[in-house]
Amino acid sequence: MTEQDDIEQLIQQMADELRARLEAARVRDALMVGIHTGGLWVAKRLHTLLGLEQPLGELDISFYRDDFSRIGMNPQVRPSRLPVSVDERHIVLVDDILHTGRTIRAAMNELFDYGRPAAITLAVLGERSGRELPIQADVVGRHFDLGEHEHVKLSGPDPLRLSIVEAP
Amino acid sequence: MRQHNSLQHDSEGRLRHLLTIEGLKRQQIIDILDTAESFISVGDRQVRKVPLLRGKTVVNLFFEASTRTLTTFELAAKRLSADVLKININTSATVKGESLLDMLHNLEAMQCDMFVVRHADSGAAHLIAKHVAPHVSVINAGDGSHAHPTQALLDMFTIRRRKGEFAPLTVAIVGDIKHSRVARSQIHALTTLGVSELRVVAPKTLIPAAVENLGVHVFHDLEEGLRDADVVIMLRLQKERMQGAMLPSEAEYFATYGLTEETLALAKPDAIVMHPGPINRGVEIASSVADGPQSVILEQVSNGIAVRMAVMSMTLGRAPAEGDST
Amino acid sequence: MNITIQHGRLIDPANGIDSHADLHITDGVIAAVGEAPDGFVADSHINAEDHIVCPGLIDLRARLREPGGESRATIATETAAAASAGITTLVCPPDPSQPIDTPALVDLIRHRAKQSGHARVLPLGALTQGLAGQQLAEMATLNQAGCVAVSNGLQAVESTQVMRRAMEYAASQGLTIFLHAEDPWLAAGGCAHEGAVSVRLGLAGIPEAAETIAVARELQLIEQTGVRAHFCHLSSARAVRMIARAQYDGLPVSADVAAHQLYLTDMDIGYFDTQCHVRPPLRSQRDREGLREGLKQGTIVAICSDHQPLGADAKLAPFPASEPGISGLETLLPLTLRLADEGLLGLSEAIACVTQRPAEILGLLGSVQGGTLTTGARADVCIFDPEPYWELRADELQSAGHNSPFLGWELKGRVNCTLLAGELTYHTCD
Repeated sequence: MTEQDDIEQLIQQMADELRARLEAARVRDALMVGIHTGGLWVAKRLHTLLGLEQPLGELDISFYRDDFSRIGMNPQVRPSRLPVSVDERHIVLVDDILHTGRTIRAAMNELFDYGRPAAITLAVLGERSGRELPIQADVVGRHFDLGEHEHVKLSGPDPLRLSIVEAP
Repeated sequence: MRQHNSLQHDSEGRLRHLLTIEGLKRQQIIDILDTAESFISVGDRQVRKVPLLRGKTVVNLFFEASTRTLTTFELAAKRLSADVLKININTSATVKGESLLDMLHNLEAMQCDMFVVRHADSGAAHLIAKHVAPHVSVINAGDGSHAHPTQALLDMFTIRRRKGEFAPLTVAIVGDIKHSRVARSQIHALTTLGVSELRVVAPKTLIPAAVENLGVHVFHDLEEGLRDADVVIMLRLQKERMQGAMLPSEAEYFATYGLTEETLALAKPDAIVMHPGPINRGVEIASSVADGPQSVILEQVSNGIAVRMAVMSMTLGRAPAEGDST
Repeated sequence: MNITIQHGRLIDPANGIDSHADLHITDGVIAAVGEAPDGFVADSHINAEDHIVCPGLIDLRARLREPGGESRATIATETAAAASAGITTLVCPPDPSQPIDTPALVDLIRHRAKQSGHARVLPLGALTQGLAGQQLAEMATLNQAGCVAVSNGLQAVESTQVMRRAMEYAASQGLTIFLHAEDPWLAAGGCAHEGAVSVRLGLAGIPEAAETIAVARELQLIEQTGVRAHFCHLSSARAVRMIARAQYDGLPVSADVAAHQLYLTDMDIGYFDTQCHVRPPLRSQRDREGLREGLKQGTIVAICSDHQPLGADAKLAPFPASEPGISGLETLLPLTLRLADEGLLGLSEAIACVTQRPAEILGLLGSVQGGTLTTGARADVCIFDPEPYWELRADELQSAGHNSPFLGWELKGRVNCTLLAGELTYHTCD
């Protein structure tokens, strides 16, 4: 269990690290994009903490899932919204938990259908083992050591709460 | 036992085919509209394509000429990354039941996943859906005077974008209700979504017997029918209606049932004007209204792509359910 | 050859008999009911214990498809199906592929029926040449060749003048005219009852008025010409009332109803079930009740199968493009018996609707050529068990046509033996 105060603290650390990275890379008008649903909750906080100029973008990767033909259409799909062009822009992609890497793969595919970003930085609140694709995060809030049947779940949006659940 | 419209749902109640609006639950219609809302943005991007139906094959099976519907279905399938095959069957040569089904089985043997069917006979899409293999979905793109569900859904989508809620609306459908598959599907959709009042407006020759059973109020006078309407839907008038002694002339029809700026003024000031197309200017609608500020006719066309993308992805994107069979 | 049918429950509506009695047959003729005549020695016995013994059924309307439609059915297949359903006499109407407007056609049909030996086929002669509704057919010649009555089949006689003259001429020849009452213009292009179902499904409707307007015209002409007329397969409650009124006024008119019209309505079309595509169309529940009431009141005197065997492809089409018709021979008796089970008619009365009454309309009863078990009558007999329930299955239908909306229905009552002029044409018993 990770309590709310902890999480806000984690996000503050992530914001500091991100700010340092963006400054080092001399990025001025980065576009932050949160992945529905948990990633967007985290992105909203980071966006405020960093005081970014560009409005926050949101991605629903339902149309890009690679397991579509097995699990079907998500009936709660929401529109993706990118407020400005992604062409030649530095993107900060935010998700809640990095696990297999498939969600990030889908999100990057979708981003590239909007244009050609200059660079993408990946920030995740939590990271765990089980990667199936060569994808790593640049900024990580916390690392989790989990058993084979355990999963981390973020609930929110207010308060944010991380819990470890047993999967059957 | 007779299989009523369970035909278009699978054993878990998900949409397997889309044959008619009748029998769809309110939430199911809303889900389709919500999904379509997400697809709208796809059209605004640099790459107007999502990989959802990659590797699937969609066959447009059109037994009746159509440009607009065929094009939007084709575009929708392509934006979903499906492979699209178009088969135009000569309409003058009657395709008998047996050869029609033979053709279907041949296409199935080529591993097609979806048939989009348009046919001049009511019930053609049901017939095909009854005989396809379990993995194949059928979308009705218009059968006789029976149904045109995707047209009705895109109309609902357009109304919702413009008006928000359905409950307070008064909707008037004006024109050839008798022969219109669009009107039948719109009526089912609007009554399911629960509009405040649904009117059909036409001379008796163009109103089918017992239409009140569908939950509409019948008006024979255009001015009464339009009074305080929020949405005015005009239907296309086919020229054949003159020969069948349904109407004396196009001129008289326009004079009594044509939508003009004056008659539109009887509707609410913010009323929207819709038409499934193609428009007969000066027959059912004046050009000044069709191109006027209250017209949403072109919006309907572009919304049609997103709605058809939603329907295609929802019917094809089902995990195979237990006990799915023909 | 002497046969005795023993221990059965004998129902002969023409003689008001419903009792347990033996039936004795000599050389194809009923020799006696009850006690055997003096010196009668049965060559064979049929045990009809727990069974009903009644006259062989007479079906006023069955399409046999021969000559012209042998790919769908033949007189041999359909008369065999009739025999398995207890039917001994079939009335075959003319239709465009076999207009029955020449003695040669009449001979051919009768000859084929005789060859097959399963049931008697009585052709209806054409009313107009080629059923085209323009020139009168040679009715007297057709009558001599063996046509029991005349009819224009499902083809309309559009001209009122031609219809009037056809009736006048038929009346002069003492011929009964069989009428299909349908206004061709109101029915044009339609495939379902104009009402709640046709509007929902977007099917072109056939309004009730298509039938009532035709009934009204024919009644006026019947009154004027004095012809004896029989209305076939009525479909609307209003037409039944019009005919009741005409009968009350003393007009020589009778009417029948197809068995399926007593059970199905346009609601049964569901989502385009082409098995329910029939002509005249299945109408509303109110109409079905009206037809049943007409049967109870005696306005409608007979029940027919309106048998139309079709190939499988005929129904595998979108509803409007599918062919109308039901393969009805094998459901005629069970559906008729069901009316008694439901209490609409007494058992004897129900049986009369498919035996005595059609025989009366055809003029067979006076000459004891069917429809009764009177001593001296032709020994056309049906023996059935009224109790067993069975499911109607396509692969068990004897008819070449497997088109029936009753497939999957549980029916009650099953034929065990059928005798045509004393010869067994069907039997499941030893």
